[in-house]
Amino acid sequence: MEEAYGILNDGGENAVIGGGAWIRMLPRELDAAVDISGLGLGTIKKEDGRYEIGSMVTLRQVEMFKPFSELFNGIISKSAGAIMGVSIRNIATAGGSVAGRFGFSDLIPALLALDTSLFFHARGGISLEDYMESKDVGKDILTKITIKDHEGRGWFHTMKNTSLDFAVLNAAVSNSDGRCRIIVGARPYKAVPAYDAMKFMDECGGKTPAAIREAASIAAGELKFGGNQRGSREYRIELCKTLVERGLSEVFL
Amino acid sequence: MKYVNKGIPSVDGRGLMMGKPAYTDDLAEQGSLVVKVLRSPHPFARIKSIVTDKALNLEGVECVLTHKDFERIPITRAGQGYPEPSPHDKFVLDDYVRHVGDEVAAVAAVDTETALAALDLIEVDYEILEPVLDFEKAFGNKIVIHPEPEIHEMFPIGFDPANNVAASYMMNVGEIEKTLQECDVVVESSFYTQAQAHAMMEPHAVNARIDYMGRLVLYSSTQTPFHVRRIISQALKYPLSKIRVIKPRVGGGFGGKQCVHGELLVSAITLRTGRPAKMAYTRKEVFESTFSRHPMRINIRLGASKEGILKGIDVDVLSDTGAYGEHALTVFMVTGSKVFPLYNKVESIRFGGRVVYTNHTPSGAFRGYGAIQGNFALESAIDILCEKLGADPVEFRLRNMIREGETSPIFEIMGEGTEGTAMVMETCKLDYCIKRGMELIGWKDKYPGSKTGGGKARGVGMAIAMQGSGIPYIDMGAAMIKLNDDGFFNLLVGATEIGQGSDTILVQIAAESLGVEPEKIIVYSSDSDLTPFDAGAYASSTTYVSGNAVKKAADGMSRMIIEEGARILGTAIEDTVFDGVSIISGDRSITLRDLSNKLFYNENQRQLVSAESYVGTKSPPPFMAGFAEVEVDTGTGKVEVLDYAAVVDCGTTINPNLARGQVEGALVQGIGMTLFEDVVYSKTGSLMSNSMMNYRIPTRREINGMHVEFAESYETSGPFGAKSVGEIGIDTPPAAITNAIYNAVGVRVRSLPATPEKVLMGMLGKAVKENGHG
Amino acid sequence: MKVRFLVNGEKKTFEVKPDEYLLDTLRNNNYKSVRRGCETSSCGICTVLMDGMPVASCSLLTAKAEGRHITTVEGIQEDAELLAGFFGREGADQCGYCNPSIALACYAMKRELKDPTDEEIKAYLVGNLCRCSGYSGQHRAIRAYLEVK
Repeated sequence: MEEAYGILNDGGENAVIGGGAWIRMLPRELDAAVDISGLGLGTIKKEDGRYEIGSMVTLRQVEMFKPFSELFNGIISKSAGAIMGVSIRNIATAGGSVAGRFGFSDLIPALLALDTSLFFHARGGISLEDYMESKDVGKDILTKITIKDHEGRGWFHTMKNTSLDFAVLNAAVSNSDGRCRIIVGARPYKAVPAYDAMKFMDECGGKTPAAIREAASIAAGELKFGGNQRGSREYRIELCKTLVERGLSEVFL
Repeated sequence: MKYVNKGIPSVDGRGLMMGKPAYTDDLAEQGSLVVKVLRSPHPFARIKSIVTDKALNLEGVECVLTHKDFERIPITRAGQGYPEPSPHDKFVLDDYVRHVGDEVAAVAAVDTETALAALDLIEVDYEILEPVLDFEKAFGNKIVIHPEPEIHEMFPIGFDPANNVAASYMMNVGEIEKTLQECDVVVESSFYTQAQAHAMMEPHAVNARIDYMGRLVLYSSTQTPFHVRRIISQALKYPLSKIRVIKPRVGGGFGGKQCVHGELLVSAITLRTGRPAKMAYTRKEVFESTFSRHPMRINIRLGASKEGILKGIDVDVLSDTGAYGEHALTVFMVTGSKVFPLYNKVESIRFGGRVVYTNHTPSGAFRGYGAIQGNFALESAIDILCEKLGADPVEFRLRNMIREGETSPIFEIMGEGTEGTAMVMETCKLDYCIKRGMELIGWKDKYPGSKTGGGKARGVGMAIAMQGSGIPYIDMGAAMIKLNDDGFFNLLVGATEIGQGSDTILVQIAAESLGVEPEKIIVYSSDSDLTPFDAGAYASSTTYVSGNAVKKAADGMSRMIIEEGARILGTAIEDTVFDGVSIISGDRSITLRDLSNKLFYNENQRQLVSAESYVGTKSPPPFMAGFAEVEVDTGTGKVEVLDYAAVVDCGTTINPNLARGQVEGALVQGIGMTLFEDVVYSKTGSLMSNSMMNYRIPTRREINGMHVEFAESYETSGPFGAKSVGEIGIDTPPAAITNAIYNAVGVRVRSLPATPEKVLMGMLGKAVKENGHG
Repeated sequence: MKVRFLVNGEKKTFEVKPDEYLLDTLRNNNYKSVRRGCETSSCGICTVLMDGMPVASCSLLTAKAEGRHITTVEGIQEDAELLAGFFGREGADQCGYCNPSIALACYAMKRELKDPTDEEIKAYLVGNLCRCSGYSGQHRAIRAYLEVK
């Protein structure tokens, strides 16, 4: 691990590769690609009430890990299973998917809807939410992703034009003891919580269909959306309303 | 029938599944030079200078070709019969580039890495020209895409490059303005279709070598090996007799491999270096630098009496051929000629328009070939008309459509670049197709649609369609059958198997004619040295045209066998029969095995060969009715095709399983065009949807229920009653599905694809910014 | 760099570049049944098995195969032949370009999933595109193949 970290920070155009499936798509050339396959980061286990996903765990392992198919109505399994096909999910890693903070990620919104932390070799632990918002992530090595095991209801949906496509918009919603989280990704920007809508839901008295509709509308108003090849800004705003309303209805009604 | 109309397994499926080398790139010679092409980053530019010294000096680079290395011979890459109905507007390499991805130079090097490195060392100084990117602004634009003086048409096709027109056409039946004035109801609408990509799974590939006889031998993933041979000869001024083109197994074509692709550059490199060379397109090159479907704007007016009689059809088409004019006129013609006869009782038809050049990826042949565009417009407009009339769309069609024994004036007027061929519908089971399709989809219970709750609405929609079976009096297919010792046969055909199953069905036709088991017939197809000519796999020709040639050849072989048998038995020919195993006359008989062994080694030794060719004198259309049931998510606009019922009249199905596969595959390709396959260009003329990641064909998760059936039908002019089946399946999804969407949620999508965004924004009454128009 | 792994049970050593993908290594070494359909990990044509699991060889660095078991269709000939029989019965072979990759994915699915539903079959194979068959004939054939115990 120290050796890998040393190479990564030797001043060259170096990077850690997860599964390596996407290196070809990088717009730059690498001097060195650091493979951390041999460092024992390929398993999922549970410790101190948290699931620990090694950063080299494949997306397919995440999808098939039994407890994840039940945790918060299986949103982790669903989101991991929504990415490309099995033959890519057997290569691409959880660490690679999260560390890159890609806007199109299906996994990140589901993780953000739960209590998720990341552990890096040098900087140590950080909540996923803080990591998503931090400006400079530096050159570090993600070792594991941890998720608190607790009770709650969850909902995840990714709107795609075909099943293999990237999301036009995705959303994850959770309800843990009445505390609500609403995450919207692929806007096409990276996934973020809709704080105003979450606050509205936490503070509104009755979780009625009307309140839920209001929250969905708040989310669509507070978040920034953009247009790209997969959908216009205007369409994404409408989709956001629909998905958030459906998610909240599912976890609260 | 013993072997025809039987779903026997294909002759090649087992070996292919087990991974045998079979495709073009599997068969490249070891040590071939790798050919890579420098492609234009600009949609329109003139090459002011191009310097290749650095690239040539790179170790491992054997050859660099630029426009300076080629004589200026204008050709068309269309891959059609000769003279082609496409303008000769392309040079192997030119000092102009006309679309992003157009060829600038070719490099041949010892390996891929070196070839790619050499591309970076070629210094090109471009004069960047303003491009024409909007096909609705191409006609008469001050920017002229093809200013070069040498280009020309082969016969009048309305070619007018000074106005960016590759082809144009106009025709009239009756007096359309008068007819429409007299109609009680007239509807008018505009429809847009996109540049669908074929997305066959095997990217285009070609390799070449000089053989020990000094001949240029190519393997190419082509649908038209004989046309390829001719075009190489024309473009490179190399004798036709010194070129051999072999089509090995092809990994899908759908029209995308009708045109010439890398054959010219790879041939030029092998001829220049004397070394084997190979080229395999990247997927990006397949998208940007081959061909796609002609995008069209179709303005249509329909008029009917209040009694529900369709009186007039007025259609104006603007078609975008992109940078070059391959298939410009003929695709355009089919937009009318394989659509209008569906409604043969109208008083007046007007059809005309232009095919314009733009600085986009060129358009070319693609399954459905104009018919799918025309069908989308006409069959959508029929539903719009019916709503205005208050008529049931199925009843309306049953009342106005063509029937068996009828004809349409369109058949005689409109052909492929020339006049057409008059014909009467000997077979037309459209009425059965519609009635059966209604049952399969449950039309009576489901029409027009229903809210199903949970934010979903369902609807059903339908369309009828027709196609053709080959190009009469133009495209010929030929077959040879030779008898071997031990009593088995070689069937040599020019017909081009590209995955559609032609090798298998041609064996079935020969087996049926001869009465022998299919295992006794060894098929070999598409090798310009070894097999007879065939125009190629296009225009829904193979079953009908090549199949007829095979049948004639097999019938001839049967006669020869009987003659030889009668001679050996000492009986009269007219009293002698061949039952597939033995030649029999009264109580005397000899097995084919013994007869063939005698003919080879013992007695009156001779090789029996029967060779025949066939050219159609008509093009009997297959017909079909397509019914779609969709479920629309009213919160996202996402459309799911719950069920698709297709009932097809293609005459006899030579192999019902393969025929069903053709229709199912075509339906899904049509569903892809209708719902998913968006083509997006940047403002600066780059194709954004240039990868399988950004151009999305349907996956198996998009496909639900699918019911394909065939009508009982027997076309006497076809082999054992067959018409064509390769293209017809693609035509109905655009109109049937968008009609179903309308019946579900009241949104009329006029511009393909019908993305969730268009549907949802339509439901919300909001404008959708469409790709380039809207 | 040198990479060692098993191909269809045979020990092999390949001299590769660090950024070389398994698809190129295999094709360069005459495993012609492994074919390319795209460059963007999108089509599934290049599927092989690594330790029995389907992987897209166009997206797997050869170096990552070190010490693993790689299987091409030559390594599952019996199952490929069996599946070919069902494809033949449905007329689902068509162009055949994707068929070895489908055979490998189906072989792995048969071992990984127990009595899968139609939806589970489609989800498992969603990354294996086909442009010819319309999937329906393939699906019927694959169902029949899965039923052979």
